[in-house]
Amino acid sequence: MEFKSSQILSKLATSDQHAENSPYFDGWKAYDNDPFHPTQNPHGVIQMGLAENQLSFDLIEEWIKKNPVASICTREGVDAFKDIAIFQDYHGLPEFRKAVAKFMGKVRGRRVTFDPDRVVMAGGATGANELIMFCLADPGDAFLVPSPYYPAFDRDLSWRTGVKLLPVACESSNNFQITLQALEEAYKNAQKANIKVKGLIMANPSNPLGTTMDKDTLKSLVTFINEKKIHLVCDEIYAATIFRAPNFISISEIIEEVECNRDLIHIVYSLSKDMGLPGFRVGIVYSYNDTVVNCGRKMSSFGLVSSQTQYLLASMLSDEEFIEMFLKESSKRLGNRHKIFTRGLVEGGIKCLESNAGLFCWMDLRPLLKETTFEGEMELWRVIINDVKLNVSPGSSFHCDEPGWFRVCFANMDDETMQIALRRIRTFVGERKEMDAQVNNKRWKKTLRLSFSSRMYYETSLSPHMIPSISTSSFTTCSCDLNIYLKVII
Amino acid sequence: MAIEIETPSVGLSKVAVSETHGEDSPYFAGWKAYDENPYNEAYNPSGVIQMGLAENQVSFDLLEEYLEKHSEATNWGNTSCCFRENALFQDYHGLKSFRKAMASFMEQIRGGRAKFNPERIVITAGATAANELLTFILADPGDALLIPTPYYPGFDRDLRWRTGVRIVPINCDSSNNFEITPEALEAAYNEAESMNIKVRGVLITNPSNPLGSTIKRSILEEILEFVTRKNIHLISDEIYSGSAFSCTEFVSISEVLEARGYQDAERVHVVYSLSKDLGLPGFRVGTIYSYNDKVVTTARRMSSFTLISSQTQQLLASMLSDVEFTQNYIKNNRERLRKRYEMIVDGLKKAGIKSLKGNAGLFCWMNLSPLLEEPTKENELALWKSILHEVKLNISPGLSCHCSEPGWFRVCFANMSEQTLEVALRRIHDFMNKRECMKTIV
Repeated sequence: MEFKSSQILSKLATSDQHAENSPYFDGWKAYDNDPFHPTQNPHGVIQMGLAENQLSFDLIEEWIKKNPVASICTREGVDAFKDIAIFQDYHGLPEFRKAVAKFMGKVRGRRVTFDPDRVVMAGGATGANELIMFCLADPGDAFLVPSPYYPAFDRDLSWRTGVKLLPVACESSNNFQITLQALEEAYKNAQKANIKVKGLIMANPSNPLGTTMDKDTLKSLVTFINEKKIHLVCDEIYAATIFRAPNFISISEIIEEVECNRDLIHIVYSLSKDMGLPGFRVGIVYSYNDTVVNCGRKMSSFGLVSSQTQYLLASMLSDEEFIEMFLKESSKRLGNRHKIFTRGLVEGGIKCLESNAGLFCWMDLRPLLKETTFEGEMELWRVIINDVKLNVSPGSSFHCDEPGWFRVCFANMDDETMQIALRRIRTFVGERKEMDAQVNNKRWKKTLRLSFSSRMYYETSLSPHMIPSISTSSFTTCSCDLNIYLKVII
Repeated sequence: MAIEIETPSVGLSKVAVSETHGEDSPYFAGWKAYDENPYNEAYNPSGVIQMGLAENQVSFDLLEEYLEKHSEATNWGNTSCCFRENALFQDYHGLKSFRKAMASFMEQIRGGRAKFNPERIVITAGATAANELLTFILADPGDALLIPTPYYPGFDRDLRWRTGVRIVPINCDSSNNFEITPEALEAAYNEAESMNIKVRGVLITNPSNPLGSTIKRSILEEILEFVTRKNIHLISDEIYSGSAFSCTEFVSISEVLEARGYQDAERVHVVYSLSKDLGLPGFRVGTIYSYNDKVVTTARRMSSFTLISSQTQQLLASMLSDVEFTQNYIKNNRERLRKRYEMIVDGLKKAGIKSLKGNAGLFCWMNLSPLLEEPTKENELALWKSILHEVKLNISPGLSCHCSEPGWFRVCFANMSEQTLEVALRRIHDFMNKRECMKTIV
């Protein structure tokens, strides 16, 4: 039934910038085809590519049960139904904005306060990041972004906006910290290539690193953008996932200490990670620039938060006692989970970048690479997906400059599943090292399939059904419609 | 009409400093006047009555009744896993139960004359987002969509602002009740061509805003024939489909397609929302239904920027899959809107004002051109201002809808109580009387 639809759609629609045609979505395919379940499918693929915070739902559920009036669908709350259902003002419910501003302040230890009138809604942080780009840059303009970075930035910041991303590589030699030198060089190169740099965007705490920036680094970034007269967008979506020292320092605190043009400073936030509510699509743009607030607010019409959700969260977030308890407890649980997980990795011979935040670890698997190349990284990744049956995210999908680093999520599963994952990893590492020793000095061909069976990685007895059905050579680009690539790295 | 290119302030984008968001238009004074002096039956009986807001407030009691009876089903109830699963659900496919319920609801609105496949439903945060998203997919910056006039003023922003796409009007006039003609379609296409602008599609709103009338089947067929011949797209915004006063009066493009075995369907895309029919604009529930697989796939990916809250999807999945509720709601809603429409048209008639014969929507398209000394833009604006400041009614002037003839105004009737509507009609009556008297004196 072709009516030459490929010629009939826009360039945007026919481009690959939605980024889903990458081979990396095969990890998701493997998971979707064979998802782990403790009793029904104990040998399935464990999902470790999904940065979700599932550790503290019980606290929220309890609050909801205790506060039926916060829902407009309960008998207790239905009186508010009509007013809320017709409320589509893009300013948002005043009580929602107030509650969000207060919550943001609390997450930063009340060291700064946020103005509710600067809170602009968007469709999740996905929508917020795109919105701020539309406000700050024209098609063809560029934003510097320290790498490794969240892969969906390629789609969120560039797809419909036409903005270019210029990665500024960070190296493991200094724990992937951004340096002024790297920024200056990237800026200079862009100028030479006649590319107009409009700003710098970064996530702090970092995804995938799980680290926060120290005060000096943040100050130097502010000085840098101020001097170049370019914007600074700080995606602080993981602000409340800090679980140990050093404490989180927000850009909002830095600008109180450093002289700068505040019109250049913008924060992106969301409740998807800190509160574990990605389904509710609560994205926030907080800008210190009045024009951006005004324009952004009008633009938010394209992605407002459901008034039903605004109403519920306004109530929840302004329950100071609950929030105080939640933030403390959530941080504690994340810290515990991180501690147990990293300890388990170390016992298995795997080191991670030292981190203090986030829902993931940045694993150093360079010792396990056959070749210190990205092909080597892909080979290792295929083995981990197909044989170890763990969906982890390879560093190259984060535009990491050095092969061998992998992001592994730890907050989207229960304790038992985590232990199983750790056991599989330990077994795999052991086998891999043994194999290395056996084939000393032998040169491995890239196309040669690793010879040990997947049976090695299972905890229980074997069965013919455990041989994985997906061969490692079948990484063809699939045209089926799955939002799995991006789930690899969300 | 083009996006203005100015020196950006503090290095913002051209989009940020353009005026294509449309909010600097003089008509915003109407909103300001209302905000500063809103009518209230008890506290401010001489305040401005808001008649510029196309909201459906006539059937809330039916929704509230449903919620009171089904609070367990619509809430997360006592099952803790339900809340958790729901709060985590961010899949851009949308909740399957929600899509199924929407498909069923859309079928019921069309009296079962068209079938909808839940797999073709793409979710967006409101029709605002749906229309923008489709424009991003179907047209490149600088290309055009043809839209019949008068049209919803929000299209100027929704379809053009961030997309860089243009609107070329298909001029319709009162000589034939503003119906779209093949000549008008051709003329619009040729106008675009003469400006070297590539036309990518036609966008119709059916039932029409601001006309308040449905498009005849024969005209839908002509439009379909036109877009097929030109090999362009057809977007049918059917946001008011459940607000047609009777089920049989509304013919959807989907029925036309089904009747002809879906021939040429891949160029057709339907936009829908629950903001008007169910009166839930705050919930941001929009959908795109496309007969084109590539459009569905791409739209789905793009909907990542504008998904519907899973909490809201869950609520509506329950509500809309209750067929007894939906059938009762659709029937009663239509009836109540029809009654309101008759009330306002009668009132206007008594005041000596004619309006276009309507059969759908939340508003009526009234003709005040006899009040203009000369049919000019300035005179319409002046008349609008005096209605706003003297009569204290905020109504929408035809020029804000790009109507080619001055003197037409859109008046909403479903966003207020009957009592308030009566007050408004009395004020109009008095205003018209005064003008009659002034005429005889002069």
